[in-house]
Amino acid sequence: MAQADSRLRVRRQDNITLVEFIDRNILDEANIQSIGEEITQLIEAQTAPKLLISFSNVDHLSSAALGTLITIRNKVRDRGGQLRLANIDPQIYEVFVITRLHKMFSIHETTDDALKSFE
Amino acid sequence: MSLLTPPLAHVPVTMSHASHHPRYDVSVMLTGDRAQIDRIEQDIMAQLEKFAYTKASRFAVKLSIEEAVANAFNHGHKHLPPGVPVRLEYSLAPDQVRIAVEDQGPGFVPADVPDPTMDENIEQPSGRGIMLIRAYMSSVAFSSSGNRIEMTYKKPAPKA
Repeated sequence: MAQADSRLRVRRQDNITLVEFIDRNILDEANIQSIGEEITQLIEAQTAPKLLISFSNVDHLSSAALGTLITIRNKVRDRGGQLRLANIDPQIYEVFVITRLHKMFSIHETTDDALKSFE
Repeated sequence: MSLLTPPLAHVPVTMSHASHHPRYDVSVMLTGDRAQIDRIEQDIMAQLEKFAYTKASRFAVKLSIEEAVANAFNHGHKHLPPGVPVRLEYSLAPDQVRIAVEDQGPGFVPADVPDPTMDENIEQPSGRGIMLIRAYMSSVAFSSSGNRIEMTYKKPAPKA
């Protein structure tokens, strides 16, 4: 599952897929695209995927990264799955608030909180 | 048609010809090479840290540069051959940062960009760059030809 040039750390806990970013900056569009493709593979490998994305290492992200998150959200929804976001730095959370995307995602303070929120 | 009204910051937007500003200290041609942009941003961030800009201020400036440059290449240069450069200009001072990004494309009309926070647009994967710049910068202006953005970030007064 983990590719040699992966931008992600992926692990499974119970039936939940936890994804963490390796990069501190999610700005480079080529990287964002490969992150999107990698997560799409994870989503498509499951029916009703339960996906938790942690931003614990992330200092910066761009609107292109937000776009990829929206696409991921829609793919999870289309497969009847659940998506949770966690460990978002307050500065990055503000980006979600400005764009009103905080209302579109289920965002949790910690990984544990997010894990407990799956139905 | 909907006008962009950022929910958090109300930034005056002047649709003037953006040539009345004084010159910029630095002018670089960006090739689209990620390493070049990273290096320039690192230099800018290091200088702003010396000028005692907070982490939040540096975040705002970096995000705005990213979004403006991405728009220049992705939208401005959409129909141009790869390798056509985008001009980045900036002046860094202890009290304010001025940045200009100019592409060689046909330009656009900022008011025609749909509000990405409207319910009908919220699921669109793109179209948030300008609203983020407007939310984070103190002032934003586009040239009348629509291929140049000039933005200023004023350092907030320190909290007592």
